[in-house]
Amino acid sequence: MIHLSEVSKTFPVHHRKGPLRRTRKLVTAVDAMSFDVAPGEFVGYLGPNGAGKSTTIKMLTGILTPSSGRIRVAGLDPSRRRTELALRLGVVFGQRTTLWWDLPLRDSFALIRRLYKVEQQRFAARLAELTELLDLGPFLGTPVRQLSLGQRMRGDLTAALLHSPALLVLDEPTIGLDVVSKATVREFLARVNAEEGTTILLTTHDLGDIERLCRRVMVIDHGRLAFDGTLDALRATAPADRTLVVDLASPVPAPALPEGVRLVRREGPRLWLAIAPETNAASVVAAVARDHDVADIALREPDIEDVVTRLYRGSPVEA
Amino acid sequence: MVRTWFLLAWTWLRAAAQYPGTMLLMTAGAAVSTSLDLIALVILFTHLPLLGGLTAAEAGFLYGACQISFTISDLAVGAADRLGRHIRAGTLDTMLIRPVSPLVQLATEDFTPRKLGRLLPAGTVLVWSTARLDLTPADLLLTLLMVVNGAVLFCALWVLAASAQFVLVTGHEATKAVTWGGVFMTQHPMSLYGRDFVRAVTFTVPLAFVNWQPSLYILGKPDPLGLPEFVRFLGPVVTALLCAVAAAAWRAGLRHHRSTGS
Repeated sequence: MIHLSEVSKTFPVHHRKGPLRRTRKLVTAVDAMSFDVAPGEFVGYLGPNGAGKSTTIKMLTGILTPSSGRIRVAGLDPSRRRTELALRLGVVFGQRTTLWWDLPLRDSFALIRRLYKVEQQRFAARLAELTELLDLGPFLGTPVRQLSLGQRMRGDLTAALLHSPALLVLDEPTIGLDVVSKATVREFLARVNAEEGTTILLTTHDLGDIERLCRRVMVIDHGRLAFDGTLDALRATAPADRTLVVDLASPVPAPALPEGVRLVRREGPRLWLAIAPETNAASVVAAVARDHDVADIALREPDIEDVVTRLYRGSPVEA
Repeated sequence: MVRTWFLLAWTWLRAAAQYPGTMLLMTAGAAVSTSLDLIALVILFTHLPLLGGLTAAEAGFLYGACQISFTISDLAVGAADRLGRHIRAGTLDTMLIRPVSPLVQLATEDFTPRKLGRLLPAGTVLVWSTARLDLTPADLLLTLLMVVNGAVLFCALWVLAASAQFVLVTGHEATKAVTWGGVFMTQHPMSLYGRDFVRAVTFTVPLAFVNWQPSLYILGKPDPLGLPEFVRFLGPVVTALLCAVAAAAWRAGLRHHRSTGS
C-alpha cells in the first residue's frame, strides 16, 4: 500500500545576518527513509515535534514533492499523480478541518460526493452507515463553524471515508478531544480497519491511541526511522520508569522505600517515586501502604514521550 | 474542470445566500464604486474634446471593454490571488488532498456575485459607445472576441500573480500591480502613456492586447508605436502564449510548495 525507498526531503532555510546579507542553509527534514506498509495494516507513526512526521505524511499525500528517493502509494507516485491518488486516499488533519466552514455538514458531504464522483446510491448507504456509527444525526444540518471540536472531528472522519478509500492517513486525530470523544473515534477507527480492511496510518502524541489501535509502531527522529516494530518491542527497547505519586497523611522526614524504587521529588506530604521497569508495581504499592499512613496514591504509566525520549538517547534499534 | 468550477461556485453562492441582504448591498456597492471611475471620465470629456486622440465614445469603448473583460476574469479566478494567505495558514494543504485542481478550489472560494456589480457601469458605457460609433456587424463580432480574449488574458495574469506567491508568500499586494494595475492602465487610451511604457506593456506584460491593439483596428486608428497591421490580430496568439506561461508557472509553484510546520 505504501512503499518508500531512500526518500529525503530538504528545505532551504534563510538566515538574515544583516540588512542585505543572508545565508542559505539546507535543512534535512526526512533523511533517506525507507519503509513499507502492507494493505490492512494499522500503523502508528510517532516522533517528537520537528522529527519529520508531517513532512512524511505530506509527501505520502502528494502535498510535498520529495527531494530524492521513490514513493509509491496505492501504486502511484503521489506528487505526480496527486489528483488520481486523492480518489483512493482519505486524509484527516486534527489541527484543521477539510470541510467547508460555512456549509452545513450535510452539504459538505454532498459536495464531497460530487468531487469524488461517488454514485448517489452508494453515497446514501455509506452516509447512513457512517452517521449511525459516529452518531452524526443531531448535527448534520449545522454549519461546520458551529460544531464542537468532537463533532467536527467526527464530521472530518466521515468526509475522509465517504468515498471508501483504501488508505486512511490521520494526523493527530484525537488532539484536543475529551475522553468520550477520543473513545468514540478510537472505536470507530478500529472498526474501519477490522471490517473494511482499510489501511490506516496514524500520527499521534497520545500513547492511548497507539496502545488501543496500532499493531505496529514506527518512531521517527531527526528524519530517520529510529524504530519499527510492535508496541511491546518498543517498550522493551527503551524501558522507562513508571511514577507513583503518594500523598502521605502527614509528612515523614525519611520515608522507607522498597527495593527498585527511588524518590524523585517531594513537596510536603506528597512524594514522587520512580519504579524501575523490572519492579512489580503492585508490590510497591502494597509495601508503601503498609509502611506509611497513606492518604492517596496514584500510578502513572510512562507516556510515549518518555519512552520515545529514552529511545532517542540510545542508538537506532532494529526490531 | 469547468464543471467543478460551477459546482464549487454554486456551493459558495448558496453559503453566501444565507445573508441575502449583505449580498445585495455588496453588489450595489461594487456597481457604485466602479461608477466613480466612470464619473471621472465623464468630467474629463466635459472639458476636453479628445483624450489621447480619442473621442468620448472611443475612450468609452476602451473603458467598457476592458472592465467587462476584467470583471469576468476576476469572477472566474480572481480569488486565486489569496494563495499566499492559504500557504501561510496551511489551508492550501487541505485543498491538495482533494481530487480537484487546487486552482479551481482557490478560484471559487468565497464566490459571490458581488463582483458582477461592476458589469453594470461597464456594460452601460460599452453599449452607449458602440451605439455612437459607426460599427459594422463584423466590428461588433470582433468586439465580442476582443472582450472574451481580454478576459482570458486577464485570467492568465491572475494565475501568474498567484504563482508568484509560491515564492513571495507575502507578495499579495505586489502582485496586484499586474492585475488591478493592469485594468487601471488598460481602461484609458494607451496613447496617453509614454512610448517606452506602451512598448513595455506590448512586449512584456502584454496588456496592450486586452483592448488597445484590437480596438485600434475596430476604431480605424493608426498605432502610435507604428507597429505593423498584423499586430492588431495577435491577441489570441499572445493570450495562448501567456496561458502556457501561467500554467507552467503554476505547476512549478506547486512542485516547490513547501507547506508549513505541523
